[in-house]
Amino acid sequence: MTKKSYEEINEKIRRGEAVVVTAEEVIDVVAEKGYAKAAEEIDVVTTGTFGPMCSSGVFINFGHAKPRIRMQKVWLNGVEAYGGIAAVDAYIGAAQVAENDPENKVYPGRFMYGGGHVIHDLVAGKDIRLEATSYGTDCYPNKNVDTVITLADVNEAFMFNPRNAYQNYNCAVNLGDKTIYTYMGVLKPRMGNAAYSTSGQLSPLFNDPYYRTTGIGTRIFLGGGIGYVAWNGTQHHPNVQRGENGVPMVTAGTLALIGDLKQMDPNWLVGLSYLGYGPTLAVGVGIPIPILDEEMLRYTAVKDEEILMPVVDYHQGYPYGNHTDLGFVSFKDLKSGRVNIKGKDAVTTPQSSYPRARQIAAILKAWIQAGKFELTQPVAKLPGADSPIEFKSLPDRQPSGAVSMVRNRR
Amino acid sequence: MKKRVVLYFSAVQSEQPIIYQLIKNTDLIVNILKADINPQKEGYLVVELEGDKDSYEAGIRFLKNLGVIVEPLSQTVVWHDELCIQCGACASFCPTQALAIERDSMIVSFDNSQCVVCGMCLDCCPTLAIKLHFELQEAV
Repeated sequence: MTKKSYEEINEKIRRGEAVVVTAEEVIDVVAEKGYAKAAEEIDVVTTGTFGPMCSSGVFINFGHAKPRIRMQKVWLNGVEAYGGIAAVDAYIGAAQVAENDPENKVYPGRFMYGGGHVIHDLVAGKDIRLEATSYGTDCYPNKNVDTVITLADVNEAFMFNPRNAYQNYNCAVNLGDKTIYTYMGVLKPRMGNAAYSTSGQLSPLFNDPYYRTTGIGTRIFLGGGIGYVAWNGTQHHPNVQRGENGVPMVTAGTLALIGDLKQMDPNWLVGLSYLGYGPTLAVGVGIPIPILDEEMLRYTAVKDEEILMPVVDYHQGYPYGNHTDLGFVSFKDLKSGRVNIKGKDAVTTPQSSYPRARQIAAILKAWIQAGKFELTQPVAKLPGADSPIEFKSLPDRQPSGAVSMVRNRR
Repeated sequence: MKKRVVLYFSAVQSEQPIIYQLIKNTDLIVNILKADINPQKEGYLVVELEGDKDSYEAGIRFLKNLGVIVEPLSQTVVWHDELCIQCGACASFCPTQALAIERDSMIVSFDNSQCVVCGMCLDCCPTLAIKLHFELQEAV
């Protein structure tokens, strides 16, 4: 029985002797040599995904102005960043809409520029207009700043994404009779298309379905640089229905990721505009999986046909909770360009880039082979498939005050 | 009827309120899609003219009488490879397979000769890598 420790694998990486394959390549190795032999030979399997991940953003410390300002409201290229932290710290979120965007007033809105685009431009080293306002205090008398910054100018800029790398996701269809515009893209009426967003057999958490090696502290590829798993992501909901291979059949685990934006690359953080929905960011994530034993190898050998995702109606089901049972489709069928859902054929619309996911897995493989990237043992585990996490909804309660605490101030 | 045309203006014409007169005289609905005036004051307008057949023809006559050159709009779709992230969303909307995915590699490609300029792909590209390009002659 093969047993390898993190330290043994890292020792091989340092010697340049580690055997590294991507999550696609491992499938062929297994077909040729079987699980036991493959587990013995392979040390690391690399995964990758590149798709829209709205729950992403960047913390920035701008440095102090003279005289100093306690930035209350902050805008980067006209897109508001959250300034409710210390004086010159802010958080720019990927899904933030630009201040003067016409939104959906002319439906469907185009959302040409938003938080995701700001992040892309920052990483690309472009000039970013920084505007900030405040009320002035004795220690921070300045009330207004309007200047131009670049990524090189700021003290710190680190990406912190509260929810990335969703383990499985809905396949979105539209059962209504007119086109709808969603975060899953344009959905044609009467199930005219089926949209999906995953890299399937290359996707990180499909290759480690029980979070055995992916945990807090795991070193990863993030946006072209090196990042870490910081925590479980928001909406991490691992105790769901799973197939025999451990792969969840509905949305399950998620990861909160962190990394230094200054090391990242604009190719792997790309601003997106979703018609009628809003702006977001395509994030590149790659996670290495150490082959500690044959069990890990078996997980990484998961194939597209063994990954099932639920079909969800975005006309009534998702927005209003009036769900229609539309069954499951396999990632293999989705990738073929056509799926059959309840007897009807639909063309498939990818949102996540499979070629880019493959490139990420290949880059991470090259880093490890070159001895530039060692694996880390998680310092703590993510809540596992048996943890009693409930997926909660917002409570609907009657507040005691009749007047809104915010609306009357506008 | 609804038609898209390109109007080419000389320097003298571009200082006249031609579109105002066009609307006032013919009751056409005029939607300006693109406009440009060069430093020599020559310019063009890409407009969509909507109205009944008589108004449309009267409008075109009016413009030609002023010396404005009226050309049918020829458009092409331009796929900016450098902006494309290869998600492939466009291919599922393309009726002619001009935008297509090679299924083994999942790589997207664009064959201009197959494109019928329906514009469906413009709406579903999240990186705005697909753009409509108006073929324009040198302004006269």
